[in-house]
Amino acid sequence: MINSLRKNIKGIVIEGITLFSAILIVTIVVVMLTVIFIGGKDQLSWEFLTSFPTDGMTKGGIFPALYGTALLVIIMSIAAVPFGTITAIYLTEYAKENSIIAKTIRFAVRTLAVIPSIIYGLFGLGFFIKFVGTHIDGAFFGGELKWGQPNLLWASLTMALLTLPVVIVSVEEALKTVPQELRAASLALGATKWQTIWKVVLPGSLSGIMTGTILAVSRGAGEVAPILFTGAAYYLATLPGLGDQFMVLGYHIYVLTTQSANVDQTLPIQFGTTCVLLLLTFTLNMSAVILRYRIRKKKNS
Amino acid sequence: MGRKKNKGKSSNYSDSESHDSGLIDITRKKFRLGDYVAEKVIKGVAFLSITIIVLIFTFVFREAFPIFNSSNGEKKEAAVQTVKDSQETYGSVTDQTPVAQTQETYGSVVDTSAKEGVQETYGEVTDKQQVQEQYGVQTSQDQDTISASKSTYTVNAGSGTDDNRSAIKTLITKDWVPVSDKPRYGILALIIGTFKITLISMLFAAPLAILAALYTAVFATKKMKEIIKPTIELLAGFPSVVIGFFALMVLATFLQNFFHYETRLNSFVGGIAMGIAAIPIIFTITEDALTAVPKSFYEASLALGASKWQTAFFVILPAATPGIFAAILLGIGRVFGETMIALMATGNAALMTLNPFDSVRTLAATIGAEMAEVVFGDTHYNVLFLIGSMLFIFTFVINAIAEFYVKGKLMKRIQGK
Repeated sequence: MINSLRKNIKGIVIEGITLFSAILIVTIVVVMLTVIFIGGKDQLSWEFLTSFPTDGMTKGGIFPALYGTALLVIIMSIAAVPFGTITAIYLTEYAKENSIIAKTIRFAVRTLAVIPSIIYGLFGLGFFIKFVGTHIDGAFFGGELKWGQPNLLWASLTMALLTLPVVIVSVEEALKTVPQELRAASLALGATKWQTIWKVVLPGSLSGIMTGTILAVSRGAGEVAPILFTGAAYYLATLPGLGDQFMVLGYHIYVLTTQSANVDQTLPIQFGTTCVLLLLTFTLNMSAVILRYRIRKKKNS
Repeated sequence: MGRKKNKGKSSNYSDSESHDSGLIDITRKKFRLGDYVAEKVIKGVAFLSITIIVLIFTFVFREAFPIFNSSNGEKKEAAVQTVKDSQETYGSVTDQTPVAQTQETYGSVVDTSAKEGVQETYGEVTDKQQVQEQYGVQTSQDQDTISASKSTYTVNAGSGTDDNRSAIKTLITKDWVPVSDKPRYGILALIIGTFKITLISMLFAAPLAILAALYTAVFATKKMKEIIKPTIELLAGFPSVVIGFFALMVLATFLQNFFHYETRLNSFVGGIAMGIAAIPIIFTITEDALTAVPKSFYEASLALGASKWQTAFFVILPAATPGIFAAILLGIGRVFGETMIALMATGNAALMTLNPFDSVRTLAATIGAEMAEVVFGDTHYNVLFLIGSMLFIFTFVINAIAEFYVKGKLMKRIQGK
């Protein structure tokens, strides 16, 4: 009797420890969110979002950074989503589950997902800027330095590589939720394989593609390391085009906190910018989580 | 005909190889062409991810390669070997030992460039200020002259030494002084710093995440699960620059007030912050591994009279060990290459100590901090790419281990030995 009681107490203590760990993690997340929101909420205003930085970045808004981030993720999505979706289609519809090709591609995708983001930055510099860019310059601009330097296009493409695995994994998951019977029915009605994919499978997994895109955008909006030396700029007085350097939210935070002369003076802007970035990724991730839970529910039902 | 068509197609579905031939006689040519093109395009694009890996490998190494170019790779290996042997005395004699080894073959190529350089600019380089200014814009050839004219060790070692060469030799020392008139690229302190911070973050994150995963997988009610899992998924979506900002502004002050150490930004703060970034990865994979353990294990254990916690710790946890191992490996991979948190919260001083409360500089942070200011084609530039290659190889190997070794083992264990 006593023995079982002791056992019970031990069980409760041990369960308590695991519960404590879980709660601690949740607390960390909540504390981070609260601290940043409380620190930044006074800054959040329409003006802050729509005006340029002034007085040597100590006052004013973050509009160019927002604009740069938006352009970055749009170009990135245009590059990453189609390629990611097609790869996912290949993996689920064409490749045999256990063929060497499929296995290699899956391994490559997972490797892409774990390669540190700074390596993508190096790759962007070495490949897009130093190799592709320089060759374009050599071929079309007579060696004049135009594309062989950091700019928005190269940064976006670098970011697209980084977010490619995110898209592939989400879309693949969604494609798998389309019932085999639907495919079989479509094929039985005389549709070709490609027609089946285009008219039956893809529409059925549209929400999965959406999830993938949202997750990729959220990832791309927050990453800084890949664009540190492929295009991000400290301050620009004009809005960027494809061939220009650009300001971006994450880099703005990094620069303000570590590179500026008077960190204390810019503290409100730092919190404000971080708050905006966090709100952005938070909202995007939330919608992705909700979408994904819906997909999973559909799969289970 | 119709029946044949159906039959052919449904079997095609699982067997894509015979797909084309099966369709030829029944579909109109236009469609077949479209299908053919679509399939080829899809196949081609699917190989993109493999191509990207290969390209990354090629181009990161390509930019790192010129380091070894002035002497060949094997020679470098030899030099490394010697230095390792004589490491205790290495600090004082820094550049002499390996030179003697490689001097013979080395001289011919670089000798001339160094000598020419010396002749051209030897007289000018007396002003130190000027040297510093030149450093930013000059090519490595000119740098050679600077070091050749300024330092005595070149004279000692003979005429066939240039800066690039001596830079390689300093690779495995602890001095990281890339911007100076006699640059030294000792990455030892960076490597040790990176490992130190990885260890700290894992000591913090791994137990926390694994216990939390155990709670979620075994003990938690459905309601708790619905709170914990989305929250951790949200944490996974936190940009690392935000975690870095939090660590820099809030966590660093908090921890300093709590532990009363001297330097505000140190490997402890950085480690905790990176741990926070790694928690979602470890948690998710561990939780997957734990829930993959068959229900029968759990039921059998309970039926034998074990309590819930005993089952959790002595049955489910051991069964999922390979998965947990993979989770920790991937967590390490994440922390090892983490750049923004390292840049913001670790103090960025390349000190070689084991004290967790000293500032530290990691490999990734070094690339992030210095790549923007470096001259293309410079030795410094190449060394940064070399560091990048090291990071790449490290994470690649870790991922490969997690993928093949661990997964195979896990499957075996769950499906019965």
